[in-house]
Amino acid sequence: MATVKGEIIVNTERCKGCELCVPVCKEKTIAMSEILNNKGYHYATSINEDCNGCTNCAIVCPDGAITVYRVKLK
Amino acid sequence: MSHIPTKDEVCQPENMVYSRTCLLTDNALSYCPGCGHGTAHRLIMEVIEEMNLQADTIGVAPVGCSVLAYDFMNIDMQQAAHGRAPAVATGIKRLYPDKFVFTYQGDGDLAAIGTGETIHVCNRGENITVFFVNNGIYGMTGGQMAPTTLPGMKTATSPFGRDTETMGHPLKITELVAQLPGTYFVSRQAVHTPAHVRKAKKAIEKAIQYQKLNKGLSFVEIVSNCNSGWKMTPLESNKWMEENMFPYYPLGDIKVPK
Repeated sequence: MATVKGEIIVNTERCKGCELCVPVCKEKTIAMSEILNNKGYHYATSINEDCNGCTNCAIVCPDGAITVYRVKLK
Repeated sequence: MSHIPTKDEVCQPENMVYSRTCLLTDNALSYCPGCGHGTAHRLIMEVIEEMNLQADTIGVAPVGCSVLAYDFMNIDMQQAAHGRAPAVATGIKRLYPDKFVFTYQGDGDLAAIGTGETIHVCNRGENITVFFVNNGIYGMTGGQMAPTTLPGMKTATSPFGRDTETMGHPLKITELVAQLPGTYFVSRQAVHTPAHVRKAKKAIEKAIQYQKLNKGLSFVEIVSNCNSGWKMTPLESNKWMEENMFPYYPLGDIKVPK
């Protein structure tokens, strides 16, 4: 059982859908959305509850579109 | 372990572990999707924020994709003519020796039209920091061949691939300046994976610290992709970069202080 729980919030209007964050997510939490943002890109989105807040996605994001939160589970 | 927090409970300001630095403006980056410039901008700004240098930093960005840095870096910036950023930075640093002065240049700028300025600023050992983003192509103007273009690489002006007999060899300017006595710290990094981003950030931190210690010129090359210029997707271009750019431009510290 995981001892930490993470969450990501993607700024969908900054995201340009480059997909660099998808392969670096070890938990396979990130995928590209079906729908488009205002610029016409499929933006990154969280698809499961497995995020552990490792920040890998956020630090490779060229557009700084991802904010990461993490809590320790008691 | 009974209560699993909800998304709203996790996404509170006190739980935030990573967010974009406030030294990047709110303007959406106008670089192509997946371009390493965005990551390079963010790393430099993060280090400046962590070292609390925002009020004391003057950046110089010349011409190329790097010219857009003015819109995104929330610090004092100065325009320079194509390739002349090291000369302008020299003037700024000599007038304001207490300020942190850096240049942010691409390969078409630093290694082509600005080769003279680059080599001489390194030879003089001006106490500035040079950030050099090398993507092997002229990105902004439509993907023409640059001095750093690899042999056989197809560009708009070398449609059959770079022929080294007629077009010369790629210029390893970072190895070149490492030989000069004026440079203090010379390093080559990349920003396409989390591990490389962390290493690159450490190199940028060192480069800034050495300037604060008045040690001489620090030179950090960042090997980056140009997926539009290379006509690939961002992930393909990163793979191509690992397979082709890194053997010619090996990563790591090239000159470290003794």
